[in-house]
Amino acid sequence: MTRYSRHIILPEIGEQGQDKINQAKVLVVGAGGLGCPVLQYLTAAGVGTIGIIDFDAVELSNLQRQVLFGASVLGKNKAIAAKERLQDLNSEVSIKTYPEALTHQNAIKLFQKYDIIIDGSDNFETRYLVNDACILTNKPLVFGAIYKFEGQVSVFNYKNGPSYRCVFPSPPKKDAVPNCADMGVIGVLPGIIGNMQANEVLKIILDLGSVLSGRILYYNALTAKTSTLKIRRNETAIQMVLTAGYQFQNKTINISCPSNDKTIAIADIDFDENIQFIDVREHHEQPKVLGLPVTQLPLSQFQNGLKSIEPNKKKILFCQSGIRSQKALNILIQHNINNVFSLKEGANALNIYIKETQKTLHHDN
Amino acid sequence: MLITIKYFGQIAEVTQKNEEQIETSASHISELLDALNQKYKELKNKDFQIAQNQELVATETKLSGAEIALLPPFSGG
Repeated sequence: MTRYSRHIILPEIGEQGQDKINQAKVLVVGAGGLGCPVLQYLTAAGVGTIGIIDFDAVELSNLQRQVLFGASVLGKNKAIAAKERLQDLNSEVSIKTYPEALTHQNAIKLFQKYDIIIDGSDNFETRYLVNDACILTNKPLVFGAIYKFEGQVSVFNYKNGPSYRCVFPSPPKKDAVPNCADMGVIGVLPGIIGNMQANEVLKIILDLGSVLSGRILYYNALTAKTSTLKIRRNETAIQMVLTAGYQFQNKTINISCPSNDKTIAIADIDFDENIQFIDVREHHEQPKVLGLPVTQLPLSQFQNGLKSIEPNKKKILFCQSGIRSQKALNILIQHNINNVFSLKEGANALNIYIKETQKTLHHDN
Repeated sequence: MLITIKYFGQIAEVTQKNEEQIETSASHISELLDALNQKYKELKNKDFQIAQNQELVATETKLSGAEIALLPPFSGG
């Protein structure tokens, strides 16, 4: 117990409180900017069981804020990479990884295994899914979200308190609020908001202080001001989720995150890497790309051809101008296929580049 | 009456300020919103909730408070 001695000497926690922490089971949805600090501090605190669900892979642009990761895990699934770091931090914690997307099909079963759910996701579709699944499984939800220099924190569905839908009844109009990696964010902000979430988790476990339920906190990193607004439970909003519960598992989640991180320019391609180039143009379109192996997978038949995607290779999709390849990329992301990029330029530019450099490819077929 | 209006996130980007004081004769929140929509044309395309004196309220609510806040949802993580 030396590890937790600074907790135990606090009269508000003591050995009893530390026991509660050691027995708690929490699930973190998303091991990104918010998930990383949450995971780091809850693992350090000795939370008994921690589940991590994330389908995404670590990218270089994540390292500015996702503090569990380093250069050695680029391309690796975030849940798995996080576990490796966290087990070194505290091997007494049982860490379960789910390297997959949260869906209406897997959420209920997964949430039932945990006491507290923490939302560190980066899109509204997942946030509403998490909220509704928490209502259906009656689990408290520790919510955090960020926008550029500002953050929101609240605890929903806690002891009959309000849910996310009591504040924001339905998702905003498509594209009204930028999702995912569309926007910049100052790196320390998710650290601040994520740590506020971790603090609320410990308060819930320890039944300590006043949990941030019935209130939503806004934090502005530029002004260092916080505003805490009172929110009320909206029985109608919650009943709607409960009555629609029987068809919950038939719903599908459609996360479309056209992330700039996933666009690659020809100049940034390392042709010595093991890459599968995929042409998403229709079969008749010219010019064909010569001088390197290309998988033909026209966008019109894309969904049926996913079997030809090679899981262990980096995948670069291209078309004529980079628009259809972006659509194809979104399809692959929805199917949880990682390590995939959309070529910024098109087939023409790729041909010219190959001709000029006479690059030969490493190809293991 | 003189009220303080606070803006957050995307809303503050539309209004180009975090906070302002305005003189209004509006009797309900909805009336105040009409005035703000006039002043900031982009506002009608934004999603937000409204708090009066640090408490979330519906637009039909009577304007009684000294402080109004326009609260957008954030999705980032």
